[in-house]
Amino acid sequence: MSEVHSMKDLTFVRREMLPEKEPPVGERGAIKWVRENLFSGVFNTVMTLISLFVIWYVLQGLLPWFISPSWGQESLAACREHFEELGQTLEQACWGVIRDRMNQLLYGFYPQDSYWRPNVALLVLLAGLAPVLFPSIPRKAVFFSLASPFIIYLLLWGGPIWTPILVAAGFALGFVAAKALNGVNPIVAAIAAVLVPVLFWFLILPPLANVLTSAAPIGLAFIASNEFGGFLLSVVIGVSAIILSLPLGIVLALARTSDLFIVHKLSVGFIEIIRGVPLIVWLFTASLLLNYFLPPGTNFDLTLRVIIMVTLFSAAYIAEVVRGGLAALPKGQYEGADSLGLGYWQSMRLIILPQALKISIPGIVNTFIGLFKDTTLVVFIGLLDPIGLTNSIRASTDWNGIYWELYVFIGVMFFIFCYSMGRYSLHLEKKLQREHR
Amino acid sequence: MKVSDEVAIEISGMNKWFGSFHVLRDINLTVYRGERIVICGPSGSGKSTLIRCINRLEEHQQGTIMVEGTELSSDLKNIDKIRSEVGMCFQHFNLFPHLTILENCTLAPIWVRKTPKKEAEETAMHFLEKVKIPEQANKYPGQLSGGQQQRVAIARSLCMKPRIMLFDEPTSALDPEMIAEVLDTMIELAEEGMTMLCVTHEMGFARKVANRVIFMDAGQIVEQNEPEEFFNNPQSDRTKLFLSQILGH
Ligand SMILES: Nc1ncnc2c1ncn2[C@@H]1O[C@H](COP(=O)(O)OP(=O)(O)OP(=O)(O)O)[C@@H](O)[C@H]1O
Ligand SMILES: [Mg+2]
Repeated sequence: MSEVHSMKDLTFVRREMLPEKEPPVGERGAIKWVRENLFSGVFNTVMTLISLFVIWYVLQGLLPWFISPSWGQESLAACREHFEELGQTLEQACWGVIRDRMNQLLYGFYPQDSYWRPNVALLVLLAGLAPVLFPSIPRKAVFFSLASPFIIYLLLWGGPIWTPILVAAGFALGFVAAKALNGVNPIVAAIAAVLVPVLFWFLILPPLANVLTSAAPIGLAFIASNEFGGFLLSVVIGVSAIILSLPLGIVLALARTSDLFIVHKLSVGFIEIIRGVPLIVWLFTASLLLNYFLPPGTNFDLTLRVIIMVTLFSAAYIAEVVRGGLAALPKGQYEGADSLGLGYWQSMRLIILPQALKISIPGIVNTFIGLFKDTTLVVFIGLLDPIGLTNSIRASTDWNGIYWELYVFIGVMFFIFCYSMGRYSLHLEKKLQREHR
Repeated sequence: MKVSDEVAIEISGMNKWFGSFHVLRDINLTVYRGERIVICGPSGSGKSTLIRCINRLEEHQQGTIMVEGTELSSDLKNIDKIRSEVGMCFQHFNLFPHLTILENCTLAPIWVRKTPKKEAEETAMHFLEKVKIPEQANKYPGQLSGGQQQRVAIARSLCMKPRIMLFDEPTSALDPEMIAEVLDTMIELAEEGMTMLCVTHEMGFARKVANRVIFMDAGQIVEQNEPEEFFNNPQSDRTKLFLSQILGH
């Protein structure tokens, strides 16, 4: 080695340290980004230019229609006159209809003086959802989440305060009964958890509610479901079905992966039948057929029937998504839980489901988004969701012949709902990803 | 390292089939308290299946298995009781990736043994110190090396204060330098008198801690002996062939 050194001097000593420098202008910030992402190479440059042209072409067609000074107009005819006065020949939107019929699009035929009720209900809904969606909120708030469905019911439908309270009490009784009997036998406890509330609701609740109502007639004016409409109706159906179908879907998925023969077959049968028939058929079933099965004289609310159908329908999809998550877990997770002596429900709740659901989040939210948009199908059984209202709005002389403005508005509203759900799902995925690595 | 004459596990006339495939044939084995048994044998000989039968991860079809005086039957209560007294470490650790190391260790004591959370955490920290990774308690399994994960898995089992520990090739998924740290932990455990059944091909470990080596082939116990005798003076041809294969190079 030393010989090499003596032949050619390779020693080097740095006397002065180099200061830090910025990268050259073309290699930083926006310029770098544009060059790398839009104009790297001939092909990319051509694609960029073509895309820019397409975007321009679409916008120059659409924007003049959208940007239209017509918010204040009272009718379609007024709009047309207004445009003529301005000397515009282009087709333009007449946004006056949205202003004029906003309340109807949002609330349907819900009584005007009670609009505060759905508004407060929306706040209660958001407050109730927050602790569930964002774990950083103190856990105690979950009790409010549990109470919120009953508060929302009372706000939207009204009636004496006692019915929702007693229904909630039924759930509580079931919980207490299950808790008390769990030490005796888990199966007995599970049966009690279902049987106690059902018996309470059907046998004790009606007379007790009557007594309490006559003793203390507190409550809100009753508003029937058929006065609900517009986005109020979509959100009521959509949110109820979303909240109810998740647990039901999970139970179905567990049943489908169960070793118990009957439970397994029942779940497979249910899922395949529900999934194999279009939702619109189930909705017609809900609106027409269900009456035949119910005891004569019972007037089972149509909206409620729709909620049940939509719930069952999306639960079947959720079940399949969750089953995918369950199947994706390595067998070792089940064995790890078993080897520690955890029982079936414990290992499901603590080990298997948290991981399976995490994998299933994109699929679950996808199902929810589909469900929410499918609520517009109720127009075919005569419910006045936003799409249904466009017909009744067009039926008035003022707005006869107006189409696009309403559909654009409805589309944008649905987009806001669905896009938020999609963003939340991404947020959740990223958060869980971070936590577990 | 004393071996008592109290019986920990008693397997008699046990047979197991996977469908029509006869994996375990007429297994008779008595394990005394404090014994360290190493099970070896060629791949597919039924070693894993045998120890998985002991905590009912696999079901046997014939014969009896008694663990600490309780017979394994399809009675769920018995199974859960036995599982909570028998710890098991797997080749791939099977830690729960969505829980921290500490939560992995406290989960079963809290939910199965109904230990108060605080007490469970103290116990968990005690065992994490014992396997020499208390500083990792709040990390997730994915952030640890394989050797550390396996030591957590051992600590997780120990938190249930088991009377028997089963190991199924605990070091075979690890890099050589991590094998030593896991084996050290196991040796320490052996020195404390834990009853251990260990499927492994670490013959150094077998010589050092085992008081019995069992050789299995084709679902049967072919030979069992004290380590010295087993390695130096194997009786059956199958054992000789196997030993020459694993020690031969
Ligand atoms: N769940 C199963 N279903 C059917 N056959 C199985 C199942 N598990 C294992 N086997 C078979 O049973 C035999 C014994 O398997 P086992 O895993 O007990 O072998 P092993 O001795 O542990 O082998 P290795 O050293 O490769 O782990 C093998 O032939 C294997 O293919
Ligand atoms: Mg094996």
